[in-house]
Amino acid sequence: MAILSKKNPIDLLFSVITAIASFSVIIFIIGILFVLIKESSLSIGKFGIIKFLTSTDWDPVKESFGALTNIYGTLLTTFLSLIIAIPVAIGIAIFITEISPNFLKGPIGIAIELLAAIPSIIYGMWGLFTLSPVMSNHVEPFLKKITAGIPFVEILFRGTPMGIDILTASVILSIMIIPFTASISRDSFNLTPSVVKESAYAIGATKWEVIKNIVIPYSKLGVFGGIVLSLGRALGETMAIAFVLGNNHRITTSLLDAAATITVTLANEFAEADKDIYLSSLFYLALVLFVMSFITLAIAKFFLLKAERKYSR
Amino acid sequence: MKTIMKLALAIALVLSFTNAEAAVTLNGAGATFPYPVYSAWAFDYNKITGVQLNYQSIGSGGGQRQITERTVDFGASDDPLKPEQLQKDKLLQFPAVIGGVVPVANVENVQPGQMKLDSDTLCKIFLGEIKSWSDESIRKMNPGLKLPQGEITVVYRSDGSGTTAIFTHYLAETCPAWKDKVGAGKAVKFPVGIGGKGNEGVANYVKRTPNSIGYVEFAYAKQNKLDYTQLKNKAGNFVVPGFESFEDAAESGDFDPKKDFYLWLTNAPGKGSWPIAGATFILLAKEKADVNKNIVKFFDWAFKNGDNKAKELTYVPLPKSLKDKIRAYWKANGLQ
Amino acid sequence: MTREQLRKTEGVIAMSLSTLAALIGLFWLVFILGDVLVHGIKALNLSLFINDPAPAGVEGGGLRNAFIGQLMITIFATLIGVPVGVLGGTFLAEYARGRKIARIISVLSDIMVSVPSIVIGTFIYAILVRQIGHFSGWAGAIALSIIMIPVVLRTTEDMLTLVPWTLREAAFALGAPYYKVIIQIVYRGAATGILTGILLSIARVAGETAPLLFTSFNNSFFSTNMNGPISSLTVTIFQYAMGPYDDWHAQAWAASLMITIFILFLTLLGRFIIKWRYKG
Repeated sequence: MAILSKKNPIDLLFSVITAIASFSVIIFIIGILFVLIKESSLSIGKFGIIKFLTSTDWDPVKESFGALTNIYGTLLTTFLSLIIAIPVAIGIAIFITEISPNFLKGPIGIAIELLAAIPSIIYGMWGLFTLSPVMSNHVEPFLKKITAGIPFVEILFRGTPMGIDILTASVILSIMIIPFTASISRDSFNLTPSVVKESAYAIGATKWEVIKNIVIPYSKLGVFGGIVLSLGRALGETMAIAFVLGNNHRITTSLLDAAATITVTLANEFAEADKDIYLSSLFYLALVLFVMSFITLAIAKFFLLKAERKYSR
Repeated sequence: MKTIMKLALAIALVLSFTNAEAAVTLNGAGATFPYPVYSAWAFDYNKITGVQLNYQSIGSGGGQRQITERTVDFGASDDPLKPEQLQKDKLLQFPAVIGGVVPVANVENVQPGQMKLDSDTLCKIFLGEIKSWSDESIRKMNPGLKLPQGEITVVYRSDGSGTTAIFTHYLAETCPAWKDKVGAGKAVKFPVGIGGKGNEGVANYVKRTPNSIGYVEFAYAKQNKLDYTQLKNKAGNFVVPGFESFEDAAESGDFDPKKDFYLWLTNAPGKGSWPIAGATFILLAKEKADVNKNIVKFFDWAFKNGDNKAKELTYVPLPKSLKDKIRAYWKANGLQ
Repeated sequence: MTREQLRKTEGVIAMSLSTLAALIGLFWLVFILGDVLVHGIKALNLSLFINDPAPAGVEGGGLRNAFIGQLMITIFATLIGVPVGVLGGTFLAEYARGRKIARIISVLSDIMVSVPSIVIGTFIYAILVRQIGHFSGWAGAIALSIIMIPVVLRTTEDMLTLVPWTLREAAFALGAPYYKVIIQIVYRGAATGILTGILLSIARVAGETAPLLFTSFNNSFFSTNMNGPISSLTVTIFQYAMGPYDDWHAQAWAASLMITIFILFLTLLGRFIIKWRYKG
């Protein structure tokens, strides 16, 4: 079909309208990029790119701003949450595809997806009022106790367990991204041709051996794409962790310390920044976040498309 | 599907027009410090006049930013702007009410008002140099208290805040090390601790974290039954925060309309003065003449009828002489 | 242990761990929902729905303004987002089917779906709130609709692609112009699928907080004026949960319960429609 139909005037009009509607997505992306660059130009001019990205300063009094503490907090919470979430998510996918009796597959799948539907503000509230006290009273003292005396690991759990820290935020994030990784892994697992699986069973392989040696290698592209997608999601999460992170602009080694992510800094300080350079630096942070998550999501999409092509062959 | 869309459209349209009778709406944003008293005044004022004065506590920095951007009808800030700045941004400024910032601690077995601190210990705690409540210097001042060993957690405001401005202004004024390392302002780079959003956020974190110390506006400390401390003032006396000690500090202040009332009340010299007191200010955009008249009407009403409410919430109403000066200032600027 | 036994044991351990993982997932769901339910039900009362907020620190009052505000912002976001999304998806699946531009927009939409919502909030603040000169319900609704459009667009594209091509050809043979074919035949065939996409996209934005913080702002009074600041449940939850008053916390829980029920209902409804329609 021709992109714009010329035969019939109404048809032409309709095709133009739909074209405009779909180009709105491109307009938004370019618009966001353009506006963020324009708004942050003051800060870009003053701090440059390298200096802004590598400076740990976030000092509104001296009007000196750098993004590193925010980037550090964002990356640390994201990676920590991935470490916690991936094994669980893949376990869930294995359970649903290979272990669960058929009548349970649907309900468990939906239950896990409901985790993704719960609004992030609810995660935040629950984190502050329920999870954070549990972390500070039970989990964190326990982790401190078992890691005491182990070199290097000990450093991770230094300080007073307050429950408002990197660890609690990462646990909340991990719960939020489990559904993404799990459902994409499940879909990828399901795509393994049953012929291959059955021939493995026929030569006496156990269920686990089939999963380990056939299903996972076959679907690793999709699973990897799912993990990167979760990473992109976690980078931009705001409300779920705004309550429990403590907005601390310092680089710390202990997981029991408060930190700041780009998103939490924006939520806390955006409406409040008084000086122009302060607001401009916040826009700059938003720009950094936008670029970071855009690249991550593009990589995820790349792997998922590659996986799709591989399976459809 | 179409019917659902039609239904939604109908509901939306009905909703958007039911407000046709809507009275005057005034949108303000800024300092969290006076939020309880402004929202109480607005609630009563709405009952009498139908005017909706929507005040959102987003922090003093936000109040200054949003009125400068003209996204709200008035801003509120505890951190007074200098006359030059007001001139540049075409703003007017006047104080509305006076209050005090108090250190609040969550220490086991210590009741509100029991713990005594001076500016030096307070400064060292917030610099991270004093790490435990059983530190020598704190014990010396509090021989009667059984102080725990646990590590102190400092809680500060994560948002641009006038409460922080008043608090750090006090620390910078009394403690040279603070002035060098941190400075004073609405959002400073605190050397240690965790940040909570708003007076509410700090009060909440302090309430939940054992051995913590933070600073909040007094009304928040009182309403939340937080353990506020005593402080040694400039005259060398330990004072308990409260209406009398704030009023004492307020009386020492000489607000000057020619400077748009720019004044700090910290470290006041009076014998019974609370050392961390401050006025909170209203910012108006010069060119919004009609809106300003409505806002001024509200504050005129509050100055006449709101003193008791303010006292109830432990704010100090402005002295009569100051109210007169403000009314003259309004007239001079054509707002009344 | 023989090699055989070792293999079996390894298998049993791996399977048990996977089962455990599923239980962990369910545990979190039950923990969170249960917690919201327990706290929320305790705080539910009639006053919550029919009264506006009391002044800070005063017991009582309700969240009528926030319920209505949330409803209005969501409805207007839907009214903006759904048509644009559906039409955009139509272009990709029909007029531009198989072309490079369709691939590109499709991929970009997938990326837009996951772009941090707070960034969209800052974007709208810069282009709308600051330019117009005040916070407004419209700014909030537009921010939400920007999140919504790519979701609806992608589902529409997928659902239209599922409609067999032969159906269109049959209509072309009768001399019908393309737009008529799309509206009368293709849309009809894909209606349930598109509806599901819309439901899920509403569920996605109804719980958003970050894009509303600097757009629709908040209002302590009852207001339905979309040109001014308007209260929403999510921003109110943020404010109340961070607040120091027990009464605020209770109301925040009750609001959380209501919004969670609403969103989970939409999500489940969407799932069941898919299941019912596309089972065979």
